[in-house]
Amino acid sequence: MTKTRQTDVAIIGGGPAGLAAAIAARKAGAKHVTILERSHELGGILQQCIHNGFGLHRFQEELTGPEYAYRFIPEVQKDPGIELYLNTMVLDLSSQQEITAIHPDFGLVKLQARATVLAMGCRERTRGALSIPGTRPAGVFTAGTAQRFVNIDGYMPGKKVVILGSGDIGLIMARRFTLEGAKVEAVVEIMPYPAGLARNIAQCLEDFDIPLYLSSTVTTIHGKDRVEGVTISQVDDKWQPIPGTGRYISCDTLLLSVGLIPENELSQAANIPLDAKTGGAIVDENRETLIPGIFACGNVLHVHDLVDYVSEEAEIAGEAATRYALSKADADAKANERDKGRKAQQVVIKPGENVRYVLPQRLTPGAEADLFLRVTQPMEAITLYLDGVMLARKRQVRPSEMLKIRLRPNHWENLRQNRGDLDGKEISLTAALQPTQPTRLEPETVRGARP
Amino acid sequence: MGTKTHYDVIIIGGGVVGTAILRALSRLQLKIALLEKQVEIGWGTTKANSGIVHAGFHSTPGTWKAKLCVRGNAMFEQLSDELDVPFWQNGLMMVARTKEEEETLRHYYQQGLENKVTGMEMLDAEATHRLEPNLAPEISLALRAPSGGVVAPFELAMAQAENATANGAQVQTGLRVEDISHTGDEFVITTDDGNTWTSTYLVNSAGLFADEIAKICGLEIEPIIPRKGEEYLFDQSVSDLITHTIFPVPTPKSKGILVIPTAEGNLMIGPTALELPYKDDVTTTAEGLDEIFSFTQKLVPRLNRRDIIASFAGVRAGSPTGDFIFDSSHSGKAIHLRGIESPGLTAAPAIAEHVLKMLAKAGLPQKEKPDFNPRRPKVIRFKELSDAEKEQVIRENPLYAHVVCRCETITEGEIVDAIQRGARTVDGVKFRTRAGMGRCQGGFCTPHIVRILARELGVTPLEITKRGNDSQLLVAEAKEFLKGGKLHD
Ligand SMILES: Cc1cc2nc3c(=O)[nH]c(=O)nc-3n(C[C@H](O)[C@H](O)[C@H](O)COP(=O)(O)OP(=O)(O)OC[C@H]3O[C@@H](n4cnc5c(N)ncnc54)[C@H](O)[C@@H]3O)c2cc1C
Ligand SMILES: Cc1cc2nc3c(=O)[nH]c(=O)nc-3n(C[C@H](O)[C@H](O)[C@H](O)COP(=O)(O)OP(=O)(O)OC[C@H]3O[C@@H](n4cnc5c(N)ncnc54)[C@H](O)[C@@H]3O)c2cc1C
Repeated sequence: MTKTRQTDVAIIGGGPAGLAAAIAARKAGAKHVTILERSHELGGILQQCIHNGFGLHRFQEELTGPEYAYRFIPEVQKDPGIELYLNTMVLDLSSQQEITAIHPDFGLVKLQARATVLAMGCRERTRGALSIPGTRPAGVFTAGTAQRFVNIDGYMPGKKVVILGSGDIGLIMARRFTLEGAKVEAVVEIMPYPAGLARNIAQCLEDFDIPLYLSSTVTTIHGKDRVEGVTISQVDDKWQPIPGTGRYISCDTLLLSVGLIPENELSQAANIPLDAKTGGAIVDENRETLIPGIFACGNVLHVHDLVDYVSEEAEIAGEAATRYALSKADADAKANERDKGRKAQQVVIKPGENVRYVLPQRLTPGAEADLFLRVTQPMEAITLYLDGVMLARKRQVRPSEMLKIRLRPNHWENLRQNRGDLDGKEISLTAALQPTQPTRLEPETVRGARP
Repeated sequence: MGTKTHYDVIIIGGGVVGTAILRALSRLQLKIALLEKQVEIGWGTTKANSGIVHAGFHSTPGTWKAKLCVRGNAMFEQLSDELDVPFWQNGLMMVARTKEEEETLRHYYQQGLENKVTGMEMLDAEATHRLEPNLAPEISLALRAPSGGVVAPFELAMAQAENATANGAQVQTGLRVEDISHTGDEFVITTDDGNTWTSTYLVNSAGLFADEIAKICGLEIEPIIPRKGEEYLFDQSVSDLITHTIFPVPTPKSKGILVIPTAEGNLMIGPTALELPYKDDVTTTAEGLDEIFSFTQKLVPRLNRRDIIASFAGVRAGSPTGDFIFDSSHSGKAIHLRGIESPGLTAAPAIAEHVLKMLAKAGLPQKEKPDFNPRRPKVIRFKELSDAEKEQVIRENPLYAHVVCRCETITEGEIVDAIQRGARTVDGVKFRTRAGMGRCQGGFCTPHIVRILARELGVTPLEITKRGNDSQLLVAEAKEFLKGGKLHD
């Protein structure tokens, strides 16, 4: 067996999160950074996203996925302080940060890190969607699988398509299939509002006259060998199909775009506590998990709709991981004590009314940090309060779009006035609202439906 | 193909029963072949069932089911060891909630004793909940049979076929038997490719279709009664809820709806039991799920519908008599197995023993092969290896360092091995390796499996199917639809 190698900062995953974390770690003074990436190339999921729409915030330019990735990749590749392991699958991570990975030439690789950044991204959700009643013919794919078939392998998985779920990947694929000469018959969404970004609804569906059926779902899959059609039905407010509303649509393909879920097998292996709402680790403003020295960023932490925020979050994690690694070099025992004190002092932020989740979930009192949150339903106008302290007002909020709010010193002052000493306390973030009435849209009145 | 060779025995149907018979026959110095209509072995009822190796207390004493189930159960440990098939003796528990059910439970205990089921015990509420803390608190009494277990049924059929093949048997998939005649001392079997096969003896283990084959052979019989069962699989994250296979007190029609820890490590609930006029209806239904879920929640309240990741349905070859039926025709030279419903999987090795005895009586020579090897070479399951073993296999074959299925940690090495062992389709790879059976249900690995299959089989990805016939995954090369300059037709 190979002997255990050492590194200051180990980064698991070489997508946009891993890349930005590595560069930030080097800038912050890490001497030896290691990226472990299971694919043969860097860039993560961006490599299959050939549409543009990446980097508007960060570079004020509309880049394609691969272009965005190449804003980072060359810098990582030419830095002698970053050791790159491609074709390297991490199989295990211990809470003491011993990493076990496999590589075709090196066999089993063991790595001991001083600090670790988790950047494994996410996978597509299929749960539930695959217990749709009916047969199990060929022709049911997740949208990302279809994206890979078309964009990377160069094959069309179907010609007449129905898409279940209005997540961004499904919307992007509705456009891709149409441009490839296939016919997208419908996008079917169980909620009364779309799951994807407004700009994708406009640019991928409305521009191509693809009907979007809200408050509807696929209730049966038909076909023996290959999909021959689906039945879609409207649902009531408990998301149960309404009898008698079933409608048959002939198609050869059903794409599922029903959400993404952080890829957290390794986090679980290291006993890192996860947040049931985000599906990712519980972290503080440094993106440090509850296991000292292990940090997380990007889609493995919570599902981002914009890669720009992924890079930003990864920089926070990479820099903080480096600070941790360098301080740990002094004296281990002392560092452990410090870690304990540090964690005990943090306040815990819980999502309150109308808030689905908030990240980070823990904050060092006084920290000037950005809070990221998602709301539970579309709302016209809201006011956000942190334990009674007003933070901001927002208009036209939707669950699909992540909100970002800066916590400033005056917020902390107000919090202290209300609550006294904040150490170890629990506070909640609420959104006071006037919700828009979620109206059920009949198929005839659906946006984009053809006459 | 096939027309020249004369076989001693031809078996029709490559389910767990047909392959068990094939393997048992491969011990003898005979020329034997098995014909299966599907693209791969084990895709009939064998692919879609509960996978339970029953203890034998369910069956009425004196029946074939009782005898062959208990005997089959006793054979499983050695069988699974020889063939390297996942088998886990997790034990069965039948549970009662009311005084009335407790009475019935005691009846099954007595029945088990009569059937010579070993090791059974009755557990009071406390002992039951100590073993299974997540069972519903109302459960007041349990019958525990430690000899019961679970097996991966498809892997068993496949392993039996592989081992028989290694010992000289021939397996032909993708060929449906359409006609059988008997001339002189020979069966002449016509398959759907127009070829004929000849043999001296014939075994009809065509499962649901055994009645039709028996009719072709001139038997006047009552038809098989197809009975569908739906099953639902949970994500591995909830696997720890239950250890034993949990049975309710049975109904007259079936063993009831169960909670099953599968040999692969997922919990499963099911099956329903619905008589239907069709043999090929493997659809799942919203009603089926509702029935199963509301029932099993009464056994294990912590089960959550959200954790279900997959579903399937299988059809039982319901017996018109309620028992397994062993008919013969042509002076015993043709044997017809009908109504091999549950516990047919458990009984399969014992059914094979019994069929061999019947064939011997009809004159089949019994000379053993001196070089018969009962062992199937161990299949590498990368995830289960120690660090040192992992290092070793990667050094020998770097394809084992490429993880294709992330959910189940299945490597390219294992997939190539499965193809070399006979996988021809995405489902064939999936059932052999578990690639695509985890929580993302093939979302990530399907394109990779298609690519590997195409490469290994020397075809284009367009020819790769999910499970044979017209189940292609890809319909055209990208840009193909744009040729001729018009969008959609
Ligand atoms: C189809 C699609 C369309 C999108 N469209 C847009 C858009 O238009 N605009 C926009 O701004 N954003 C878009 N996004 C979002 C953006 O691409 C993601 O937020 C971003 O890629 C997330 O980066 P990441 O590094 O966290 O994850 P990923 O890009 O998924 O990278 C994770 C990396 O970790 C590796 N990895 C995982 N597990 C292991 C392991 N055990 N060992 C070794 N390596 C491992 C993976 O191979 C991968 O390379 C889109 C996302 C998708 C999926
Ligand atoms: C829902 C369900 C749950 C069950 N649970 C259990 C359990 O837990 N434990 C247990 O012991 N048993 C169980 N059973 C029963 C068990 O699955 C069956 O008894 C067993 O699989 C029967 O195997 P077989 O080989 O007879 O049939 P099959 O697997 O159906 O094999 C017959 C084969 O014959 C082929 N064939 C048919 N016609 C032709 C033709 N003309 N030419 C060529 N080939 C042909 C078919 O394609 C098929 O592959 C269950 C059954 C179901 C449906």
